[in-house]
Amino acid sequence: MPTLKELSRKPELFSPGHRLCAGCGASIVVRQILLATDTPVVVGSATGCLEVATTIFPHTAWRCSFIHCAFENVAATISGVESAYRVLKRRGRIQKDFRFIAFGGDGGTYDIGLQALSGVCERGHRMLYICYDNQAYMNTGIQRSGATPCGAWTTTSPVGKASAGKRQRRKDLTAIIIAHNIPYVAQASPSRWNDLVTKTQKALQADGPSFINVLSPCPRGWRYESSETIRLAQLAVDTCFWPLYEVNHGKWRLTYRPKEKMPVAEWLKEQGRFKHLFREENKWVIEQLQADVDRQWETLLARCEG
Amino acid sequence: MGKVVALEGNQAAALAMRQINPDVVAAYPITPQTEVVQEFSQFVADGLVDTELIAVESEHSAMSACIGASASGARVMTATSANGMALMWEVLYIAASARLPIVMALVNRALPGNINIHCDHSDSMGARDSGWLQLFSENSQEVYDNLIQAVRIAEHLDVRLPVMVCYDGFIISHAVECLEVLEDDIVRNFIGELEPVNPLLDTDRFITYGPLDLYDFYFEHKRQQMEVYPTAKQVIVGIGKEFGSLAGREYGLYEGYLLDDAELAIVTLGSSAGTAKEAVDHLRSDGLPVGMLKLRCFRPFPNTEIAQVLSRPKAIAVLDRSVSFGGFGGPLFTEIRSAMFENETSPHLLNYIYGLGGRDIDVEDIEGVYKDLQRVVDTGNVERIINYVGLRG
Repeated sequence: MPTLKELSRKPELFSPGHRLCAGCGASIVVRQILLATDTPVVVGSATGCLEVATTIFPHTAWRCSFIHCAFENVAATISGVESAYRVLKRRGRIQKDFRFIAFGGDGGTYDIGLQALSGVCERGHRMLYICYDNQAYMNTGIQRSGATPCGAWTTTSPVGKASAGKRQRRKDLTAIIIAHNIPYVAQASPSRWNDLVTKTQKALQADGPSFINVLSPCPRGWRYESSETIRLAQLAVDTCFWPLYEVNHGKWRLTYRPKEKMPVAEWLKEQGRFKHLFREENKWVIEQLQADVDRQWETLLARCEG
Repeated sequence: MGKVVALEGNQAAALAMRQINPDVVAAYPITPQTEVVQEFSQFVADGLVDTELIAVESEHSAMSACIGASASGARVMTATSANGMALMWEVLYIAASARLPIVMALVNRALPGNINIHCDHSDSMGARDSGWLQLFSENSQEVYDNLIQAVRIAEHLDVRLPVMVCYDGFIISHAVECLEVLEDDIVRNFIGELEPVNPLLDTDRFITYGPLDLYDFYFEHKRQQMEVYPTAKQVIVGIGKEFGSLAGREYGLYEGYLLDDAELAIVTLGSSAGTAKEAVDHLRSDGLPVGMLKLRCFRPFPNTEIAQVLSRPKAIAVLDRSVSFGGFGGPLFTEIRSAMFENETSPHLLNYIYGLGGRDIDVEDIEGVYKDLQRVVDTGNVERIINYVGLRG
């Protein structure tokens, strides 16, 4: 694990001047991940905030080879790049080593891109897939996704007389990918940069597919001040809403244990999208969210200790 | 000269793929294409090719993987049919816009409502505006020859576009025919090595594929892309000639059959051209001045060439193996009719929809069309412009 000082001296593959919002979690996540690479990389991105804000023709923020194809297929597209790499290396047409990283938002990963990602995991391509999970379709203007927590306001799960935000629970994508039995799966947060960098390095070393689900706070969609991104990411970790763990070749390990497990309401109350939950009639949603977090945390602890 | 073998159309396609030995093949099984993937998988298993075969989980991922691999600088092939092609539809445009020389065998099958696994051209026609070049094949020989030429056409530095080689599901794909095949090394010398253009796997020069392209540049980029298609026509003709000198079978944009002095002509695509040739022979022996134009190259569309070659006939029937719901006639008819508009002659132009969902068309059906044309010429009266052949009731 390099020191922060060492990382700060590395050339950045993700250049400033891109047009992601101030305080965007995704840009911080991408910087941290690319700083963890030592071998040349080819990066792919699903359609989404990251892609549209970093490649506005004739500009590009990528100081490495980059491909965007469509929304649901970044996993498949990069699997094609990785396959080409293997055969061209075998046939002696390229000599250098490469690593492959696919980025997708939660819409492009939990929902429309899930099939392509599952296919990649099953086929065993050596590539790292990063989901930057900002918990809604932010690029199209904050619509609910399979990653949106229960109770969250979005433009397609609005709050009204007959609605307290999203009615359904979010899906546990990390668990879905773990079920594919690939070499390396982890959950991470940009607030624990050293944890994310270490996990990225482990993932890139894995001889097969790897996946990291990274919480990526979004000031616009979550409704908070853009200076609070890292604090909100850490609150999600400290409330155990977003536990940091890894499954390395089948071995579960908690990579960070909060000193004190905070109530989930501490994270919720900082975000405008959950404001309505603090009204008396909606308090049951917070209770349900807390119960879910408690149960999932206990399950995770048992797995990591067992 | 090569040797003569008896193969099904799909086997002929797989054989061409074996000889091409592409860097990457990404494909998903669908009837009637399945055999191509099966045969090729066996070639991989037997070590006859050292291709990376990606057995993807959908056709959308097949084309996406092809795009990633092709952008990396690999020679890439795939094969599909009907719904598979429809699932790729979104990414077909991306492959063409990124100027990626992917070669696809498209085994033509009806694109349902009401599932049907048999031949028509609705899948090809759905992709006609995607930017892919489209070559149609009359028989297994042409499937084989077209696939080999398609690699050269796609990768030609003046073209750099994906090419689909279309052939009729079951009628060609599952019928055993004799064809002449070339020696492996002759094929490999003919196709040569792929020259990568802007590959992702280059550490000296980074490239960004698929940027956000807004109203300030997008239009110019589409206009630039339009520029390549007239050039592609010339390249297709050039490579068809070169292949001819190698294999003894020369290819152009189209094939005219007894067209020079024909007064009644049929225009068609695919396997029905063979049936039409038989009908032409019959009617010629009866003294009728009939001929046939088989279009090999549907994209780019050879409009000026067609207008010229069809300047003599007084009546022309365009056979369409697909429909354009709500449009005026089938896709081939509208293109031919448009191409003919600049001609000083104005022949009667009729459209015949046939063979949807695998309905057979036989020699008598086509003779009937010629007789219709004769009647039109004799009476000067067109009863119906849009007609159906082989339809019950």
